Order: sequence, then structure tokens, then C-alpha cells
Amino acid sequence: MSRIANTFKALKETHRKALIPYITAGDPHPDLTVSMMHALVDSGADMIELGIPFSDPMADGPTIQRASERALAHHVGLSHVFKMVKAFREKNTQTPIILMGYANPIEAIGAEAFVERAKAADVDGIITVDYPPEECMQFTKLLKEKNIDSIFLLSPTSELDRVKLIIEQASGFLYYVSLKGVTGAANIDIEQVKSKVGIIRELTDLPIGVGFGVRDAATAKEVAKISDAVVVGSRMVQEIENSNKDNLIQNISKLMKELREAVN
Amino acid sequence: MKPYDMPDEKGHFGQFGGVFVAETLIEALDELRMTYEKYRHDPDFLKELHYDLKHFVGRPSPIYHAKRWSDRVGGAQIYLKREDLNHTGAHKVNNTVGQALLAKRMGKPRIIAETGAGQHGVATATISARLGLECVVYMGAEDVKRQAPNVYRMKLLGATVVPVESGSKTLKDALNEAMRDWVTNISTTFYIIGTVAGPHPYPMMVRDFNSVVGVECKSQMKEMLGRQPDVVVACVGGGSNAMGIFYPYIDLPDVRLIGVEAAGHGIETGKHAAPLTANSPIGVLHGNRTYLMQNAEGQIIETHSISAGLDYPGVGPEHAWLKDIKRAEYVAVTDTEALNAFHSLCLTEGIIPALETSHALAHAEKLAKTMKPDQVILVNLSGRGDKDINTVAKISNISL
Repeated sequence: MSRIANTFKALKETHRKALIPYITAGDPHPDLTVSMMHALVDSGADMIELGIPFSDPMADGPTIQRASERALAHHVGLSHVFKMVKAFREKNTQTPIILMGYANPIEAIGAEAFVERAKAADVDGIITVDYPPEECMQFTKLLKEKNIDSIFLLSPTSELDRVKLIIEQASGFLYYVSLKGVTGAANIDIEQVKSKVGIIRELTDLPIGVGFGVRDAATAKEVAKISDAVVVGSRMVQEIENSNKDNLIQNISKLMKELREAVN
Repeated sequence: MKPYDMPDEKGHFGQFGGVFVAETLIEALDELRMTYEKYRHDPDFLKELHYDLKHFVGRPSPIYHAKRWSDRVGGAQIYLKREDLNHTGAHKVNNTVGQALLAKRMGKPRIIAETGAGQHGVATATISARLGLECVVYMGAEDVKRQAPNVYRMKLLGATVVPVESGSKTLKDALNEAMRDWVTNISTTFYIIGTVAGPHPYPMMVRDFNSVVGVECKSQMKEMLGRQPDVVVACVGGGSNAMGIFYPYIDLPDVRLIGVEAAGHGIETGKHAAPLTANSPIGVLHGNRTYLMQNAEGQIIETHSISAGLDYPGVGPEHAWLKDIKRAEYVAVTDTEALNAFHSLCLTEGIIPALETSHALAHAEKLAKTMKPDQVILVNLSGRGDKDINTVAKISNISL
């Protein structure tokens, strides 16, 4: 069983929901990423979604675009991301790490090399935003061979046949994009999310995470009621953006704790 | 020989093309693909399209024998397909007219587009005004500066022009921003992509709407010369005008097809926009797999070209395919060479070409010198250069 599946199992036994913060690797500085990851876990994160910086993040809103730009200003790329995960694993072998990014950096080093290196760094799951299941069968197979989960996005516009197709390819959990738009775009419509999550749940036993519009503790609380995991991305990145290097750890820890309390 | 029938049903040209987008866009692309399949051979749709192309765009555009310029250059005879004479001044309108008719049939009240040089933005704003559709055009902030006349033109036509400040502030960033808009406003909005890139069905559909250019050339050349040209030359940024003129010629192996990319300051300087000529690696951007200018970490690198319309790090996936199967050849010419050709055509033929088109002209000039006077080069004169006069004047230290 994968580390992600184990985490969901353990949470279920204690009737808790997973809380997954997103940060972009190297934002605001590559030297800070690993200590930020530890701080998030210490303050209540069950898993961490670590963004791979990309020059053209087409599915991201301005907040996460700026995070990518800050990381790229320090030339952070996949090789740094793998090093960060390795460094994190020196002190933490429990918390699942999910890499989220775009296809091109993966293809630049090659799918096989990517999977090898992800395994070597002890990564647990991959979300590739612009890899719909039809275009990444081979990649998904390679990941599966190494017991790395392929996490796919489902959207409000995904029709039933597509949901089924995606479920066949997916492992770890399903990531339901709560709104039509880019990351951090707007407030989510809880009722709409609830009805769609309900439909998906009838088709699969995989846990369902919800993200893209969770802006505060109150929204996180509502989302947690209807899903298995809450992903907080733009809000967390905004906190990073508004901090300086002296209060950064303190600020993201505080936000994480607020979210944890709301979700529990 | 089996007729050329690319792409496959999933939009692949061999390993190129495809649909590489976030899940939220899949439904919209499926809807577009099915709508296009439904109408592409529909007699009523085609009747309306042909009416617009004839009466609104002014087709067919003539082919002109640039005799004085050919004599000056020495060598082959150079013929120009006058897409610059279309309404709005470039080939771009062929595609916007087609896509706008689809938008109308799909009942989408809002049109968005990306633009580099502004020609596609103007063409989109034009057709939106005519059909009474809201129009928003995304344009890199850098391009807004260097293409001021086209920005004002779009505003006159009622469009909202949104300067894009992210990334390199050029065409690729405008495309990112248009995609972000589309994913947010998917139910009301039709995205008119202006080049043969993007996710399937765009590369195929944009090619098809532009292929009226090549179809006309085939009958016009036959009428004028009783034969087809020896070489067809067109500039390539994303590659829509080149695909438009190449496509009907693909199955005629005696006709050489040459795409001309922007070498900027020179391929060896790295400051260019010529992924095919520079043998850039294969990658994924803007919904398709193609040759792509990028660094070792897979980050897209900044491009350079004097012409905003060629300033793009990728290239349409069908060009990548035609290069690999060796059906088309790709070369590049520098900013300086393009400028020289620009002035040369102005002075010998009384035609002001777009700076994009000037790249094709510069290569035609080089090539003609190596050919015989009874041989024929057909250049797609893809656009007029009025929009570029500020750029050219600035380079010549002239203030207007």
C-alpha cells in the first residue's frame, strides 16, 4: 500500500480529513523550502503538495504564477525539487509528498528518468496539470511500476464517461477542481461541489480531495464535510508572499493551525 | 501514394500535436471538435463561409508577378500571393471568419483571442464587430508597445485589449492568459486561436480555414503559367500562413515547400525564434507537443525577433511533422536580412510587406539567385506592413 493510501486509511480510522497545503518549491527561496515543509507538517499538514516551478503555468492564477516566477528567479528546476524532497525525507519518512507541475519539465528530462529520480527521492504522487489520461498512459504505467500514485484532476465540466476513464488511471486520490477557472480564482459553490463529489463517490472507493478555491478556514471546514481531503494552494502562497524571511515560518504555521482546527 | 490525411482523430501528427490541457478544458475542446466535424462539410456552413470570404474579405486574392524585383534579384521568377490585400491586411482573417461562424452556431456571445503582431487581434475584433459579439484580445505588454497602430485599430472596432504583463510579455504569454480566461468563462466564450498551434482541433481547423490560400494558388498558377511553382515559400512563427499555402501542395512532391523562421540576431546568438532551424528539443506547450525553445530544465526561454508575429518559442505541430517526414524544409533569416527585403520590395514593387512576411521574401531572394529564370518561386505575401512602420522608422532613427 502506498504512503498516500496509508495516510488516508489512518485518517479514516480516526474520522479525520486530510489537509494538504501547496507550496511552490523554491518560493520564496530554495534554502527555505525544506524547513517550510517541516513547519507545515508540525502544524497539521497530512501531506504536502510541492509545486514544480514552470515558466508558463497555464492553469494557475496570478498568485501561483508569481510563486513560480520567484522560484525561477533562483533557477529552481526539477533537480532542486528532487534534492528538497530527499532533504525532507532525512527527518520525515511518514508524510506523503506529491509533486504538482506541468508536462514540459518532465519531458525535458524524459519520463523514465523523471520516474527514476522521483522514486530515488521518495516522492509519493504526481499531478501533471496538462496531462489528461489519454496523453500519458505510458507515464502512468511507469509511475505505477514504481508504486508512485498518479493523481488526476476532475473538473466541474467532466462528464460521466470521462470521470470513469480517469478513475481507471488514477491512484492515491482524485483531485476535484472545485471551480471553472485557474487556481485561486473565486469562491467555490459548496452545494455544486457536494453534488459532483457525490456522483464521483458512487463510482470509486478512491478518496476525493477538493481544491482550487479554498480561501480560508471557513471554506476549508465546509469542504472537509463533503470530501476526504482539502487542498489549500493560493491562500498558502499568498501568506508566503506577504511574509518576510523572519516571520515566514511563523506565519505559514499559524495559517496551517487555523486550517487544521477548522477541519477537525 | 496514399493521400496526406493528418492528423489522426486525436489530433496527433506522428508524435506531435495532441491535447495537453488541464481537465477543465477537455469538455470545451470536445464540444468544439464535434461542432467543427459537424459543420466542416455542411453545405449551408460552407455557403456562408464562402460568401464572407468573397464579399467581406475580398477573396480570391490575386497572385502578382514581381517582375522588377525578380529582375533586380536575378534568377528565378518570384510570384507573390497577395494576402496583404485581404480586408484587415493579412491572411489571419480567413481563419477568424471561419471560427466566428462556428461561434455563432454554438451560440457563444463572447470571443477571446491572443495576438502577437496584432493582425489576428484586428481580424478577430473585425469579425466580432460585424457579428455583434463581445471581443477581448490578450496581447503581450511588450507587443502592445511595438504594435501601437493595431492596438488602436482593435479599440476602434470595439474590442477590449488586455496587455499581458506576465513572463516575457509577448505572444506566448498572451496565449497563456487567453487560456486562463477561457477556462474561467468556458460556457459563454469561444476562443479563436490565430495560429496552427494549441490543442486539437485548433492546429487542424486553423490550417483548414487558411488552406483557401493554397487552393486558390493551385488554380491561379495553372491559369497564369499552365503549371505549379517550383518552390513555395512562407514565413513561420506558429505557422498559419505557411500551413495555409503548403497544405494543398503536400501531395505534389515536385513542389518544394520552404518555411522561413526568424533567426533574430542570428541562430548562433541564441536570440532568435527558430525552433525548427535551431533543432530545439521536443516539448509540450499550449496544448500540443512540438519543437520548443527551452532550457535543460524544461523552462521556455525568451525568444527574439524584430517581428512580433514570429516571436514565439514553439511552432505548429504539423510543421514539426512535415520537417520530420522531410516534406517541408525550414530555414531562418535574421532581423537585418528581413529588413533589407522589406525595403527592397517597397522600392522595386511599391508593396510594403509585413516584417513577418519580409522573412519569407528575404529567403526567396537568396534562393532565386541560385535558380534559373524559367523557374518559379511563389511567396505567400501574408500581410501588409503598415503596422510595422513605427518599428522600421525607429531602426532607421526617424521619428514620425
